[in-house]
Amino acid sequence: MTAVAPGVRAHTLDIAAVLKESALAALVALLLAFPLVGLRTVDVLSRLTIEPHFAEVAVAVVLVFLGRLGMALTREGRPLPVLVASLVVAASAWFLPLPTMPLKLIAVAGGAIIALRAALALRSHHSTLSLAERERRMDRVGARFQDASRLIGPIAVIFAVALPFLPFADRAVVDIGILLLTYIMLGWGLNIVVGLAGLLDLGYVAFYAVGAYSYALLAQYFGFSFWLCLPLAGLLASLSGLLLGFPVLRLRGDYFAIVTLGFGEMIRIILINWYDFTGGPNGISGIPRPSFFGIADFVRNPEPGVLSFHELFGVEYSSIQRIIFLYYLILVLALFVNFFTLRIRKLPIGRAWEALREDDVACTALGINRTNIKLAAFSIAAMFGGFAGSFFATRQGFISPESFSFIESAIILAIVVLGGMGSQAGVVVATLLVIGLPEMFRELSQYRMLAFGIGMVLIMLWRPRGLLAHRDPTILLHKRKSAMQQQQESEDRA
Amino acid sequence: MTVPPKPTPLLEVEHLTMRFGGLIAVSEVSFTAMDREITAIIGPNGAGKTTVFNCLTGFYTPTVGRLTMHRKPPKTPLYLERLEAYRIAHKARVARTFQNIRLFSGMSVLENMIVAQHNKLMRASGFSLAGLFGLPVYRRAERAAVDLARYWLDRVNLIDVADWQAGNLPYGAQRRLEIARAMCTEPALLCLDEPAAGLNPRESAELSDLLTFIRDEHKIGVLLIEHDMSVVMTISDHVVVLEYGRKISDGTPAEVRVDPAVIRAYLGEEEEETPPEAVQRLAGGA
Repeated sequence: MTAVAPGVRAHTLDIAAVLKESALAALVALLLAFPLVGLRTVDVLSRLTIEPHFAEVAVAVVLVFLGRLGMALTREGRPLPVLVASLVVAASAWFLPLPTMPLKLIAVAGGAIIALRAALALRSHHSTLSLAERERRMDRVGARFQDASRLIGPIAVIFAVALPFLPFADRAVVDIGILLLTYIMLGWGLNIVVGLAGLLDLGYVAFYAVGAYSYALLAQYFGFSFWLCLPLAGLLASLSGLLLGFPVLRLRGDYFAIVTLGFGEMIRIILINWYDFTGGPNGISGIPRPSFFGIADFVRNPEPGVLSFHELFGVEYSSIQRIIFLYYLILVLALFVNFFTLRIRKLPIGRAWEALREDDVACTALGINRTNIKLAAFSIAAMFGGFAGSFFATRQGFISPESFSFIESAIILAIVVLGGMGSQAGVVVATLLVIGLPEMFRELSQYRMLAFGIGMVLIMLWRPRGLLAHRDPTILLHKRKSAMQQQQESEDRA
Repeated sequence: MTVPPKPTPLLEVEHLTMRFGGLIAVSEVSFTAMDREITAIIGPNGAGKTTVFNCLTGFYTPTVGRLTMHRKPPKTPLYLERLEAYRIAHKARVARTFQNIRLFSGMSVLENMIVAQHNKLMRASGFSLAGLFGLPVYRRAERAAVDLARYWLDRVNLIDVADWQAGNLPYGAQRRLEIARAMCTEPALLCLDEPAAGLNPRESAELSDLLTFIRDEHKIGVLLIEHDMSVVMTISDHVVVLEYGRKISDGTPAEVRVDPAVIRAYLGEEEEETPPEAVQRLAGGA
């Protein structure tokens, strides 16, 4: 344990070392901040000039120095003065005229965090938790959530079903719901390849694109309806998965990841350049909206001979009816993917995927045909990507290659990894964090990527295996134990 | 005890040679492993024992040589050097364990045993379709698979920890689990790469019991690489000695023990590198 109790004050404070450490941190901050913050290019009278911002650099460096000093002192068992000082800094930062708003924010928030840490250290008699201790605590939280998720799962589904009729659910809320569910579905689809089979797929968005363009093109050229195209899009995406899979699945690990990345980009570039067929960068517009299962349309004044939804049910016409219908459509699709995955995990093929992730050499020695198993994972996940893609196309009514850039693949992968590889509940939690939070704080959209980066770094530090990394066995010989009990047992053993 | 039927050849290795660039790891090795016998391959480090195993189980394709796996008539023999690795396990029914244990450590002990029965269950689940709809035909097959797993877990004394994560087991238990998992594939030949490595004397004795049980009760061939002479000399019916990729001796444990070539290989002519205990064990074992 690296924890130092305050009682062990016997070891004297090495003030020189602490100051040196803080100065080093400040130096690094200076080196980083000087070019990034201190020099800004400004367009003055159509000429690019450099504008110095040295005051901001100075404040930033001082803040880093103080922050590091505070952390070091807390670690060395002097939390009380740190607590006082950090509160003073945070309060004075609030009133002092600091050069920019973000600096003020950093000073106040940083001061508060250090104060909180010092306070915790005072209370728990530990200045810091050891890494193992922290891991164990997080595992316990994960296990508790896993147990709770048996309850939370159904509640979440009921909530999702009821959402459009809740009093606060206006059009914006349902729209965000659709967005979240799309990503949840993509996350669950990718989870099959990444989480279960352990194949790092960096080009999942390619299958999303194939699904979207399949629907858009089939509708444009042949006038096929959405309900006919949905299975076709899944089929085509799944075929493209097989096609890519055959040459690629011989590769392992990093090589595999790079090739899937390349494939994702290839699809996008083909879509941009095949102007005559796909419309190139202009995309395809006027994609038909889905009908109510081919029976009725969601329009105010239907063409003669066509039924409309509000006439069918004898209700007032409202534009939200279609949005709600789309919401339920994606909800059903996503739940279907979830149900499928939960089910297939308990089948030989699902267990073989997980075995493949754990040790592919051992799989071969047990007579498992790796190529077939991987191809199955790849094409099934691609099919779900295709479903999601054709839903995306019908919802937007317009698609262009821009919607299928690498960043989409990265976000979906981030959702799967953040949530904890292979965890279905983890995907939902991670989607709420990665997609939901930025949607709610749209005003701060400038700092979205910054917050995203900070979040990723924190997860890597604290929870490298993902938020909800607990795995329940798919078959049991003895009575089922709750995740918490399992966690307790493995701790007792260790 | 009734008189057992005469053992028949199970695996014939003829002129096996494995070359890696200029290095000849195995050269012109021929031997026969009998059905219902334990055949041990021994030899100093770097003698090419594991290379022979990797050729047998398809992880390497031999440069030269024929590996014939005999099967129960009317099935025809299979030539292992022509088969892909997973087919060797699936069709020729050769199962193996690894020198450095390779379990599915994130999965439970029982799941490890079920994955080993993948091909059987895959067929029963109608390549997942019957399984997806939970048809009785699949549920029956799964129950049978669990029963087989339970039988072997009972045998290797892991039944109480069946729901543990395999990676959390102690070392000796992991070794036993790997053997049990290999047995779940219902092999005709079980290949074990240093199964006693890292085991204490009591665990080694249990391992010897387990291997003789597998040979006598399940009537299959066992091929074994081992350094622990107490295990090799007690349970083997037949010992093959390799040195620098060549076979230097072949016979019963008693014959091999007094073979001058073997003594030279282990002691060295100028007497170096071999620790004295190993010598004593070799000379006085059994």
